[in-house]
Amino acid sequence: MKLNGATALVRALEDLGVKHIFGLPGVQNSQVYDALLDSPIEHVLVRHEQAAVHMADGYARATGGTGVVLVTSGPGATNTVTGIATAYMDSVPVVVITGQVPTTAMGTDAFQEADITTITLPITKHSYLLGNVDELVPSVFEAFYLASSGRPGPVLIDIPLNVAAGQALYKRPAAKPSLPSYKPTIKGNARQVKAAAELIVSAAKPVLLAGGGVVSSGASEALVSLAEQNGIPVVSTLLAKGAIASDHPLYGGQPGVYGTIAANTLLQEADVVIAVGTKFSERITGNATEFAPQAQIIHIDIDPAEIGKNIRVDIPIVGDANVVLAALLERLGTCGASAGRITGKKDKQSCSSPAPDNTTHQVFSVLNQLLSERQQESDVIITTDVGQHQLWASHLIDVDIPRRFLTSGGLGTMGFGLPAALGAQLAYPEALVLCISGDGSFQMNLQEMATAIAQKLPIKVAIINNESLGLVRQYQELFLGQRVTQTHLEALPNYVRLAGAYGWQGKSLCLGKLDQGSNNQADDSSIKEAFSWLIESVGPALLEIVVPTEDLLTPFVKPGGSLLEVVEGA
Amino acid sequence: MPEHTLSILVDNKPGVLTRVTGLIARRGYNIESLAVDKTQDPSLSRVTLVTTAEDVSIEQIKKQLHKLINVHKITELAPEDSIDRELALFKVTVEVDRRSELIQLAEMFKAQVVDVAASTLTIEAAGERTTIAQLEELLAPYGIVETARSGKLALPREKT
Repeated sequence: MKLNGATALVRALEDLGVKHIFGLPGVQNSQVYDALLDSPIEHVLVRHEQAAVHMADGYARATGGTGVVLVTSGPGATNTVTGIATAYMDSVPVVVITGQVPTTAMGTDAFQEADITTITLPITKHSYLLGNVDELVPSVFEAFYLASSGRPGPVLIDIPLNVAAGQALYKRPAAKPSLPSYKPTIKGNARQVKAAAELIVSAAKPVLLAGGGVVSSGASEALVSLAEQNGIPVVSTLLAKGAIASDHPLYGGQPGVYGTIAANTLLQEADVVIAVGTKFSERITGNATEFAPQAQIIHIDIDPAEIGKNIRVDIPIVGDANVVLAALLERLGTCGASAGRITGKKDKQSCSSPAPDNTTHQVFSVLNQLLSERQQESDVIITTDVGQHQLWASHLIDVDIPRRFLTSGGLGTMGFGLPAALGAQLAYPEALVLCISGDGSFQMNLQEMATAIAQKLPIKVAIINNESLGLVRQYQELFLGQRVTQTHLEALPNYVRLAGAYGWQGKSLCLGKLDQGSNNQADDSSIKEAFSWLIESVGPALLEIVVPTEDLLTPFVKPGGSLLEVVEGA
Repeated sequence: MPEHTLSILVDNKPGVLTRVTGLIARRGYNIESLAVDKTQDPSLSRVTLVTTAEDVSIEQIKKQLHKLINVHKITELAPEDSIDRELALFKVTVEVDRRSELIQLAEMFKAQVVDVAASTLTIEAAGERTTIAQLEELLAPYGIVETARSGKLALPREKT
């Protein structure tokens, strides 16, 4: 049967199991919207296209599936760029479908024309600009396969209006498209696995460094088994938070430039580092030439281009983290590695941020206590924005399972938290989804408060308000000779009234400057009460907590320094 | 920095060349020479590309190029293991009484005169890049008005 291109597209999405699409209509994608009217796929109307990509991204990170975005041409497409770059940097499977002006108008600077496939070349895993309707269905199946296989990432499909309107036969292609030039290596080289196993057995101070690849390949169990059976402590990157439970005796915390001294010490003193699914970003290594100076490095990654890119590697193993770890476990089982040679961290405090007991630290500690109790009884998903609050949350909020702490690690996109929370809440309607944000970040996508109401998504937002772009401010204070500039945020909105304006519930708690005379330690119970109110609220709710501007996030590594050249609490 | 010749087999589709060259430019490397055309299989094109980069960087460039879905195969061609050719056209100003000396020079390089005008000669030369460069140097004193080059073409040498 012949269908028009848009109907064939929607049929393909249905056959691919798509349940939700995030987007915003325009003229050039109007055919697709028309076709969606007759489909069971639910559409989430956003207020800005950047947020649509973050929602699809949050949805994908929380579920492990592929997020889908539908936007129009021109500005609709260019607005997705930051969202696509965010997903690309963190290897999140997202398929972005953009409308395009008709092929006959392309290249004429037509109204709302933008060359989005070229614009997004460096930030997509692959992209398609469809020239005719026969390419449409095969391209959609390929796009989903590419986005979700190998090292996942965003894929863009640009569909000119006349292609969407053209007549096509719908034929469901083979589940796995045949792409001769794309064959990700899944199984690790057996000889390399053997060499790695031998090195692990002989190691005196091995450390596992878990990256986002552990989460995306579902390798958490294998990772924990490897750690437990061989007595190896685990440090995890921001993207791998939850790959091992925060209270696991072998969990060594989060290393890196904003990592804990305990985690950094484990790496710097290790004789073997087993890195799994990480790109060794400079946020993790500090000065790359001084990273883990005594260690031999085993690097397991599905992307061969990551091997040796940032850090010298002694034993590279290209393959899927879960498959390679399973092979390693099997191999080690016969090697008789001594379990329990490492006791792991001494106590919990040493692996969470040892920042001074400032008010902000206290806020996060109280929140963590509440959430820990809550996690016993229900699913809790945390999203964050970017800045001090993100790092405080990453250190002080315990997460026990993967895909429950969603944050923009690679690109560091302010404005990610709220839409990502909406995407996660849509996937898990029963979960408590809490977006921890800052006064700066929150303003970068706050229009999506309307989407929460329209979609009846009862997300909770905690804004840690220090009236500044705090992470940059503290950089200026410490490394630019106190020349603080453009990081103080004047004219902040009244967040409680803002909440009210969007039909949210709102509350504010002042522990900072606005509340004169509260420079002393705030009272735990008032913080607890405020967070309890937030968590127990029915429907979307926002809690603003005003904290002292001067609270520093410490420790952190000096710019250009090795992981142990740290600035400790001020 | 050493010069590297990459022979890249890609899909013969719109936009593929942009993906390849864009990736190299993004990493801050200049493309010294570039030649593209379809192969015996018209669905594939061969890109022959010369760039200067440190050996470590060229490895990373090759790995990144491999990640492009439209790239099928990448071979780095070492000069000793490959045959390379370039075609160049040189338009040179020459007075009538010096024409024959210029033609003689061209002959020594197995180059041909393909156009003659009142005050110029156009010479077509084919050969290794180094030979072409040598000829160019010798033509320079006459006054080269315009040049056009195919870019380096190369294939691996078969073992005998």
